[in-house]
Amino acid sequence: MLGFVAQRLLYLVPVLLAVSLLTFLIASLLPGDLAYTILGDQATPEKVAALRHDMGLDQPIWWRYLSWLGNVLQGDFGRSFRTGQTVLQAVAERLPVSLELMLLAQLGALTIGIPLAIACAVRNGSAFDRFMTGSAFSMLSVPAFLSAILLIYLFAVELRWLPATGYIPFHEDPVGNLRCFLLPALTLALGEWPVLMRVLRSDMIQTLQEDYIAMARAKGLKPSRILLVHALKPSSLTLVTVTGINIGRLIGGTVIVESIFALPGIGRLLLSAIFTRDLIILQGVVLIVALGYVLINFVVDLLYAVLDPRIRHGHA
Amino acid sequence: MATLELSIDQAAIASPVRTRRLGPLFWMAIGWMTFVFALAAFADLLPLPSPFDMDMLERRAPMSAAHWLGTDGLGRDVLSRLIYGARISLIVGLCAPVIGLTIGGALGILAGYFRGRFETLVVGSMDVLLAFPPLILALAVTAYLGQSLLNLTGILGVLGIPAFMRVARATTLTLARREFVIAAQALGASHARILLRELLPNVFLPLFAFFLLGVAVTIVVEGALSFLGLGVPPPISSWGIMIGEGRESLEIAPRLAFIPAVTMFLTVLSFNLVGDTLRALTDPRQGAL
Amino acid sequence: MTGPALLSVEGVAVDLPTPRGNLRAVDHVDLSIGPGQTLGIVGESGCGKTMLSRAILQLLPKKAKLSGRVIFDGQDLVRLDRERLRKLRGRSLAVVFQDPMTSLNPVLTIGTQLIETLQEHLELDGVAAKMRSIELLAAVGIPAPEQRLMQYPHQLSGGMRQRVAIAIALSCEPKLLIADEPTTALDVTIQAQILDLLAREQRRRHMAMIIITHDLGVVAGRTDEVAVMYAGRVVERAPTPDLFKKMRMPYTEALLAAIPKIDAKPHTPLPAISGRPPDPTRPLKGCSFSPRCKYAWAQCQIEKPRLEDADSPGHQYACFRPLNIPAGAPA
Repeated sequence: MLGFVAQRLLYLVPVLLAVSLLTFLIASLLPGDLAYTILGDQATPEKVAALRHDMGLDQPIWWRYLSWLGNVLQGDFGRSFRTGQTVLQAVAERLPVSLELMLLAQLGALTIGIPLAIACAVRNGSAFDRFMTGSAFSMLSVPAFLSAILLIYLFAVELRWLPATGYIPFHEDPVGNLRCFLLPALTLALGEWPVLMRVLRSDMIQTLQEDYIAMARAKGLKPSRILLVHALKPSSLTLVTVTGINIGRLIGGTVIVESIFALPGIGRLLLSAIFTRDLIILQGVVLIVALGYVLINFVVDLLYAVLDPRIRHGHA
Repeated sequence: MATLELSIDQAAIASPVRTRRLGPLFWMAIGWMTFVFALAAFADLLPLPSPFDMDMLERRAPMSAAHWLGTDGLGRDVLSRLIYGARISLIVGLCAPVIGLTIGGALGILAGYFRGRFETLVVGSMDVLLAFPPLILALAVTAYLGQSLLNLTGILGVLGIPAFMRVARATTLTLARREFVIAAQALGASHARILLRELLPNVFLPLFAFFLLGVAVTIVVEGALSFLGLGVPPPISSWGIMIGEGRESLEIAPRLAFIPAVTMFLTVLSFNLVGDTLRALTDPRQGAL
Repeated sequence: MTGPALLSVEGVAVDLPTPRGNLRAVDHVDLSIGPGQTLGIVGESGCGKTMLSRAILQLLPKKAKLSGRVIFDGQDLVRLDRERLRKLRGRSLAVVFQDPMTSLNPVLTIGTQLIETLQEHLELDGVAAKMRSIELLAAVGIPAPEQRLMQYPHQLSGGMRQRVAIAIALSCEPKLLIADEPTTALDVTIQAQILDLLAREQRRRHMAMIIITHDLGVVAGRTDEVAVMYAGRVVERAPTPDLFKKMRMPYTEALLAAIPKIDAKPHTPLPAISGRPPDPTRPLKGCSFSPRCKYAWAQCQIEKPRLEDADSPGHQYACFRPLNIPAGAPA
């Protein structure tokens, strides 16, 4: 098992390096002089040149990349010239919000998707099954911002049950906090559940035809046990992969939802960094997000091995 | 949340419409697509008021003979903006995936055919590209390079390259082992000939199915960007912009948001349906060919 | 057979709707077996023997239609409600499937698959179930049983896996064990061991057993009675010694001849049965075996022979031109 983990970790290193390089290049090569932007209307050629020298912008690009990378490896991602916050501080502030949103969204998607998938797999071919699969397919054509508008209209405008925007930190008011997250999380969950449901349904239908399920029935086990223990576990592989990929995607993919519902998360941080041309924040946050994505995929790979012992022992 | 990364999930999902024949839903989708396309193409010939004319006295007017779908927050005719918006959404929606299709498709076929280090390089660089949240990249580029139709189409097209590459490569890998390719090689055909005459025609159909799915995704992403005000620049109308503007009038006139929303939904659904059905019919991995 | 039958299959027919028409997999089969007895069901692939075993267990595919009665321990399983049926299965009525690689769940440990049966039917607590599982594994001849509990099926050899499947089947002291091709997926060297194991456990527990196989050699000497199936019907049935010595059905003769004999001269051609089993969606008017039978004549192609008694007790066969009897003379 340890060998497996070590092997995977080794693969990570070149990928992470490449990601860091690409992030840096994109940020540096975008047009618009950073020093000029910072100085704004106080810019004079001398001041611009001085600031450029201060910030090391007149050095060759490879030098700038290596020094930035060096700083990053020591934990220094840079400091925003707008707010004065370091990148890490800004991220630490916003990350919990995005994470809470992602977790709730994924939980919601799984809560809707898993039972539906099991119900459809058991009733494969029935009218219920066809209706649910059709609905799942249609839901895939409803993007997040459309669901958001619909939900806001229904719950905030018409019924007035939930707030349309706003954020209350958890430690201040747990219930209020959850109320703020309900609509945004539901918006994302509505977009995610169809994929999860269809993947699990498809795998379960196949699993239910296996001999070991017939064997489980021949042993006289309870139907609930057969479904949840014997059938669900071997069918979960693709589901776990997809969930993992989704979580990875949701990082930074929450931009739209955070923007619509005014949640102070990573997505909005990135948006404002783009608007205010805050390159340092942009660079640093994009790197962190990309790193997170790569790491999550790594964890998904590990989970695979846990779920299917054959992979652990190199058999699959 | 739609992104441009049409990942393996799409490939792992079986089409719900497992029709051997093309059912009524399929034809309805084709019908809608044609309808929207025709309206958008011939918009100039239709007796529509201009989508830019603002009539401040008739703001948020309900449906009437003069304005079939009413007017929006600035007094502009909704139907007209809807149709011209279709034009924009379709232009971006169709042109951007073409970039992905040509470049990504070419890279994928070459990688799948030649294998070896070239393949590792291509796949590896696509993986790195995929590590970035695509929306952020799109936002960053349009924010820095300026919002324009061209920039938007360009960046969305580039972001689609990895997905097309994957599909082309996977299809090529399956096909390259089939007899007709081995036979051509045995006959001494050159690489170029095999690629162009044997592989390309067979890879094209699944790629085209994927292209249609890509159109659906692109329309959505363009819609999302425009919704945030970061896509197509005003005063051009696109469905996304209309929905974004309509959001402000949700309390008074919800139809301003819902009319373009439903139109976009139906269009995206149609492309998804047709693309998915075609994919189920032409995917060589399912032995259909 | 003395005393009431433990299992009595009466007029069971299984129909499967297929795109090409109705498939009659089992065609009015009657069988019975008493407590502690062994019945062998022999036939080629596709003769309906597996469908019959599924019919007995009430584990047919959803689309299948079952008619007839299956009386087990005094209850008609066909009409029994699901909950009571579930309690019977695994407890009084157990099964060993053909391929232990697919009949054991690959992602659950051996221990889990053993213990869950014990906990379900005998309501043992965790510790007692674990102890019992170790005993069972040892009884079926698996070395180091404590370690095996934590292992997964793919970590065991084929023979070991089948032993585990047998242990699972025996765990709740069933009255009847159905072994569906228990050795077909195993090496020849292991086959005898497994069959001996089954016989030993059967004697020890005074359990009835049905062995389903395509190999007449498997049932020789290990069963009390044999039923030969062809195209969904029982075509001959007799106490085992009678079947081998006084067989009547030409099909049985052909099956026996097809077994390779160790004392035959080298390069002796194996007399395989020519032709193929009939298409079950297009049943023949006459005897299903007639196209391949070397004794067939006109009557065989027009009428279906019914099971009739032979002169020895318990022996029945369905043939117009049985062996050892001159044509036309009464049996």
